[in-house]
Amino acid sequence: MSAKPIAMSINGRKVEAAVEPRLSLADYLREHLLLTGTHLGCEHGVCGACTIMIDGAPARSCIALAVACDGAEIRTIEGFDDDPAMAELRLAFGECHGLQCGYCTPAMLIVARDIVLRLPEADEARIRVELSGNLCRCTGYVGIVKAIRQVLDKRRG
Amino acid sequence: MKAARFDYERPANLDAALALLGNEGAFAKVLAGGQSLGPMLNLRLVRPDLLVDVRRIPELTQAATHDGALILGAATTHAAIEDGRVPDATRGMMAAVASGIAYRPVRNRGTIGGSLAHADPAADWPTCLAALGAEALIAGARGQRAVPMREFLASAFETSLRADEILEAVRVPVLSARARWGFYKVCRKTGEFAQGIAAVVDDPERAGARVAVGATGSAPIIIEDAGALLRRPFDAGAAARLLRERGLGGDEIDMQIHVAALKRAILRLH
Repeated sequence: MSAKPIAMSINGRKVEAAVEPRLSLADYLREHLLLTGTHLGCEHGVCGACTIMIDGAPARSCIALAVACDGAEIRTIEGFDDDPAMAELRLAFGECHGLQCGYCTPAMLIVARDIVLRLPEADEARIRVELSGNLCRCTGYVGIVKAIRQVLDKRRG
Repeated sequence: MKAARFDYERPANLDAALALLGNEGAFAKVLAGGQSLGPMLNLRLVRPDLLVDVRRIPELTQAATHDGALILGAATTHAAIEDGRVPDATRGMMAAVASGIAYRPVRNRGTIGGSLAHADPAADWPTCLAALGAEALIAGARGQRAVPMREFLASAFETSLRADEILEAVRVPVLSARARWGFYKVCRKTGEFAQGIAAVVDDPERAGARVAVGATGSAPIIIEDAGALLRRPFDAGAAARLLRERGLGGDEIDMQIHVAALKRAILRLH
């Protein structure tokens, strides 16, 4: 199968490449661009570890094809250095024990930021429902939920 | 797991997509949001020669109300329906159902047409759209045909779509102001595929009460003129007998789960 040309914006940088159609977006980011902050767990869309932003919305990069994302704007965990909401979440995850081994953390932060920005009125139950697509095997989620609540509470004043 | 090799095309319009599917020499699969097909490719449960990406085809991204029905393009995402970015014909039913599908990152990519064409019995749209009396609008080389859900959903992972056809849109009748709906699914974990689903739509100004029971292991069970089921108090024994008569298989626990889903959907009518 012949390689297909793609062009996309990744963390604000224009990238062009020729990729095999079966290459997942996650493998393209990790193996070709060495953006290894995106983690792979189950590779069939269940565990959430590979969640990144595609065209401004969280999505699974393990079941997205790089070729199908031609023209897309991609933002990975490496692309949030200057993001105010992400800065607040990074601090809160540290303070609230929102991580232990760190494997789920990049995707947890991306989903947490989506909750903070899309659902500013979310209560604990809603946070837990929204987090249900991201598995963490260390924390029992208590610290992660607490961190998101802390950011939401501060933002609500 | 990584997908086996396949080729990929992204045709610009519906005719070009249909032409690609019409090539009998190759096993082609239609790709929309890829939230079911993606995992199946990675697990190598399906090994197509060619993927035909229809996600951006204009006919498949339309959303407009015509002649008392909402025409919703097959590539409309669950999240667009959840957020109300498309017109609401169902007094909030479709938005509520959409919000319970899998997880937000999946809903941002997954499409209503992809879910229907995949026809997983445990998915939400087949049961919801059957209760709403929706039709599948199918495009083929010989033109478009409209197929009611009862015929479209043939069995588990089986629809009446032919290999050279594409599900273009769904047509959902606009509910009247007096219509009520209820929906309930039993899941072991938030966002998981359901063990039992029930959808009830009661529109006195249209078809009356229609019930659909899903996650059956086959196509949803559709009960027209279901007014008797809606009477209070709910008669669980009669509901179980009716579901058994209509072909619901499984053991007593499966029956209990489906009857409970039906009761809760009815209690949620509003």
